[in-house]
Amino acid sequence: MNRFLLPLGAFVLLVIVLAIGIRHAPEKDVIASPLIGKAAPAFALPDLNDLSRTVRSSELRGRWYLFNVWGTWCYECRAEHQMLLEVQRAAVLPVIGLDWKDDDAQARSWLTQLGNPYERVAVDHLGRTAIDWGVYGAPESFLVNPAGIVVYKLTGPLTREAWTQEILPRLPRQGLPGS
Amino acid sequence: MSSLAARLALVLLAALALGRVALAVDPTQMPTPQLEARYLALTHELRCMQCQNESLADSPVELAADLRAEVRDMLIAGKSDDEVRAFMVARYGDFILFRPRFTARTAWLWLAPGILLLIGAAVLVRVIVKRGALLATDPGPVEDDGRS
Amino acid sequence: MLPELGHFALILALLLAALQAFFGIAGPGLGRERWTGAVTSAVAGQFVMVATAVGCLIACFVNEDFSVRYVAENSNSALPLFYRVTALWGAHEGSLLLWILLLAAWTVAVAIGAARLPRRFGARVLGVLGVVSFGFLLFTLATSNPFLRLDPPAGDGADLNPILQDPALAVHPPILYTGYVGFAVAFAFACAAMLEGRLDQQWARWTRPWTTVAWAFLGCGIALGSFWAYYELGWGGFWFWDPVENASFMPWLVGTALIHSLAVTDKRGLFKSWTLLLAILAFSLSMLGTFLVRSGVLVSVHSFAADPARGIFILVFLALMIGGALTLYAWRAPLLKSTAGFDLGARESFLLFNNVLLVVAAATVFAGTLAPLVSDALQLGTVSVGPPYFNPTFMLSMLPLMALLPLGINAAWKRGHLRDRQRTLLMTLAVAVILAVGVAFGVYAHGAVLTPVGAALGIWIILASLVDPIDRWRRRLSLPRAVLGMSLAHIGLGLAVIALTTVQSFTVERDVALAAGASTRVGSYDFRFDGVAPVEGPNYDAIGGTITVTRDGAPVAVLKPEKRQYWVQHQAITQTSIHMSRGNNLLVALGDDLGAGRWSIRIQIRPLVTLIWLAALIMALGGALAASDRRYRSARAAEAVAPTAAGEAAG
Repeated sequence: MNRFLLPLGAFVLLVIVLAIGIRHAPEKDVIASPLIGKAAPAFALPDLNDLSRTVRSSELRGRWYLFNVWGTWCYECRAEHQMLLEVQRAAVLPVIGLDWKDDDAQARSWLTQLGNPYERVAVDHLGRTAIDWGVYGAPESFLVNPAGIVVYKLTGPLTREAWTQEILPRLPRQGLPGS
Repeated sequence: MSSLAARLALVLLAALALGRVALAVDPTQMPTPQLEARYLALTHELRCMQCQNESLADSPVELAADLRAEVRDMLIAGKSDDEVRAFMVARYGDFILFRPRFTARTAWLWLAPGILLLIGAAVLVRVIVKRGALLATDPGPVEDDGRS
Repeated sequence: MLPELGHFALILALLLAALQAFFGIAGPGLGRERWTGAVTSAVAGQFVMVATAVGCLIACFVNEDFSVRYVAENSNSALPLFYRVTALWGAHEGSLLLWILLLAAWTVAVAIGAARLPRRFGARVLGVLGVVSFGFLLFTLATSNPFLRLDPPAGDGADLNPILQDPALAVHPPILYTGYVGFAVAFAFACAAMLEGRLDQQWARWTRPWTTVAWAFLGCGIALGSFWAYYELGWGGFWFWDPVENASFMPWLVGTALIHSLAVTDKRGLFKSWTLLLAILAFSLSMLGTFLVRSGVLVSVHSFAADPARGIFILVFLALMIGGALTLYAWRAPLLKSTAGFDLGARESFLLFNNVLLVVAAATVFAGTLAPLVSDALQLGTVSVGPPYFNPTFMLSMLPLMALLPLGINAAWKRGHLRDRQRTLLMTLAVAVILAVGVAFGVYAHGAVLTPVGAALGIWIILASLVDPIDRWRRRLSLPRAVLGMSLAHIGLGLAVIALTTVQSFTVERDVALAAGASTRVGSYDFRFDGVAPVEGPNYDAIGGTITVTRDGAPVAVLKPEKRQYWVQHQAITQTSIHMSRGNNLLVALGDDLGAGRWSIRIQIRPLVTLIWLAALIMALGGALAASDRRYRSARAAEAVAPTAAGEAAG
C-alpha cells in the first residue's frame, strides 16, 4: 500500500471522531452522574419548617421519590417551580427538597409566596450532603426507587419533556408501592 | 445572610460567564508543612465542576470552597491522597480529576507518548541507515563552507 | 448605511475570492494565460473589499451604532475609544472578520512577492489562498455575519467582556492570528508545488521566509497571551494547557519543525515529502484550532460562544480542504525522491531528530487535548486531562531535543565533522553544568533533580549557539543574517529553558489572611497589608488594597491590587499588582473580604518569570532576522531552468 496514504487515512478517522463529537456537543455541560444504579447517599438534615425535626433518607425507603436540589439564589429554580407544583398535584410521587446553601427565612417565604411542592425540605447549610450526591449546580433532580437506588439524574430545571420522557417512563405502570 | 446569597449569585454568574477572571485566594492553613503540600497538590489536581477548566485551588465559586474544605478535613483526619481522590470520583466521576487515572480505558492516552517516541525512533533509524548508505554514492562536498 | 455597505463589501469579497481561486488554479491548469494574469487583480479587489468591510464595522463601533447586533453585544457607551476599536475582535463574528482581513493582507504580500516567482506557480499559490479565503468568507456570511441588525436597536450595549479591556489582550488576537493565518501561505506553497508536480530546492528557498515570519508572529502571539494571563488574572500562572492554548501551541510546534525541515530541503534537497506534510499539518492544526474554539466540543475557559451548527460548517470545510491536500500528497509525494546521503553525526541527522521529536510533542499535546472528545465518541466514558498529564509527557520529548540541540547546530552538513568541535562542545557543557549546579545550590540552596539539568541545558544551548558566530568572526568570514538570526533564536530558546526551570523550581506562593496593619514574611520579603479603599474607574468601581513590601527593613515597593466590578457586565475582575525586584517578580492579588477588616491575599515570588516572554520575543526576532537574509531576496524566477527541475521530479 502506498504509505503516503497514511496521513489521509488518519485524517479521515479524525474527522469521523470530530463529527461524533459535534453531535454530542450540546450535552457537553451535563456530566454523567456516577450515582446511577448505586445507593442514594444517606443524609439526616434539619427540616426547613421545623429545624428541631430531622429529614432522614432512611425514612424515605420503600417509596419512589424525586429529590430536588434548589435555592432561592438560583434563577433557574424559579423557572422550574411551576413544573414542580404540577408534579405535586399529579400526586404520582413525592418531591423531597434539598435547600442548598440558602437562607432559611428566605427559603420559607419563597415557598409561601410561590407555593410549596415539597413533601419535606431538608436544609443543607454546609453543602456536605449536596457534595455526597455529586451536585455541581442548581437545580438538579434525582429519581430514587423504593430500594433506595438512584435511577436517574436530571441536570438543570425540570421541564415537561424531562418529566414525560425521562421520569414517568421509569416509574412502574400500575400504581406505585407505598404512595 | 442575604448578602451571602447576593454574593453567591454574582460569583456564580461571573464564574459561569467566564471562568478564571476572579481568583480564589485560599488562606487555608494546614497543621503541618507535609499536609500543606498535599493539600495544595490535591486542590490543584481536582477540577472545579462548575467552571470551565479551572482547578479547585483557583476557582472562586462556593462549591469549590466547599470541596476544598472536604479535602482539608479528610487530610486532617488522616486519609491518604488516593482516598481523597476516590471520594471525589465516587461522587463526581472521573471528570473531576485533571490527571486521568491509568485504567483500561485511558491506557491509550498514557501510553501514547511512549509509543509515538518508539515509532519516531523506528523512522529515525530507517532514514539514517538509508542515507548513510547513500553517502558512498553521493559525490562532492556541499556548497558554501559546509557549516551553515 | 454603513452596516449595509460592509455587508455588501463582504459579498463582493466572496465573489472575488471565488474568482481568485478559480483563475489561480484553473488558469495554469488549463493553460489559459489570461486567467492566470487576472489572479492578482482578484487578490487586490478582495483585499479592498475586506478592508472596506472591516472599516465599516470599526466605524459602527466608534459611532456607537447599537442597531448592529454585534456592536450591541460587545460595546457600551462608557467604553473607552481604544477598546471600542479592539472590540472588533472581541467575539466570534468579529474575530472571524479579523482572520479574513489578515489572510487577505498576507495574500497581497505574497502577490507582491510573487513577482519573483514563475508566473504559473505564483498564480497557483494565490489560487489556493483564494480557496481558503472563499471558505472563511462563506462561513462568515452564512453563519456568523457581523452586520446583522437589531430591530429595534438596543438602547445601550452589553459592553465588551471586561477581561478584554486590557492593552495586552487587545493586541493578542491580531498578532496571534497573523501567525495562525500565515501558515496558510506555507500551505499554499505546498499545494502549488503538488499541483505543479515539482518540488525542488528553489521551492524551499521561496517558502522559507514566509513560513519563518508566520512562525515568529505565532510565537509572539502565544507569548503575549501567556504574559497577559500572568499579569492580569491574579492566578499567578501563565500556562494551563487549556484546549485553546494548546490549539495555538500545536501549530507552533509543527511550524518549528517545518522551518527546520525547509532548511534541509533548501540546502540539500532532502526531506521533501516531510516538508510537504509538515506544511499541510501546520495549517491543518491552525484550522483545527479554529474548529475547537468555536464549535463547543471542548471545555475551555477561552471558547467563544459554542455553536455546533458552526462547528459542522468548519468541519466540512476542514475535511474538504485538508482532505484534498492530503490526497494530492498521496498522489505526488511518491515521486519526490532524492539520492543525497548524510552521516549519523551530520546536521541533517540532527534536524531529522528535531522533526521527529517536535512532531511527537505536538502529537502528545494533540492526544491530551482531544482525549475527552475521543473518549466520549468511542464510548469510553468521560475523561479529563490537565497539567498533570501534559507536563510530564511534554517533557519526555523536549528534554532529549534540548540535549541534542547544542550538537546539532555545530554539526556540518552531510558529514557532521563534530569531532572538529569536540573540545569546544565539551568545554561549554562543563561550564554550563558548573554554572547550573552552582546557581541552583549556591543561590537557592535547594531544588529538585531536574533543576540543575534544565538550567545546564539552557546555558549549554546558549553557549553552543555562540560557537559558530564567534568562530566565523574570528576567521573573518561573513556573518549573514541567516546565521545571526538562527543563533539569536536558539539563544532565545536557551533563555526560555533557563527561565522556565527557575520559575518551576523556585517560585514561592502563599495565600494568607491579613488584617490591616498585619504583616507576613514570604521568601526574603516582608509584606504589610495597609488596608483597602474604594477606587473609581472609567467604567468600573473597585476596591484597592495597599501592600507595602520591604526587604530587611529597606522599602522595596508599594503594591496596589484591585478587585474591580464592571458596571455593565457585573463581572468581578481581579487586578494583580506586580513589582520587579532583583529579577524576582513580586505578585500580590486581593482575595476576599473575610470580615472585620481582614482580607485574604495571594502573594507570589516568581524569579525570572519575565524572562520567559523576553526569551520568546528574542526567538521571534531571531526568526525575523533570519528571514530577512539576502539569499531569499535574490531568488530569481526559475521558469527558464525548468528542464532540470523535470529531472528532479522524476528521479
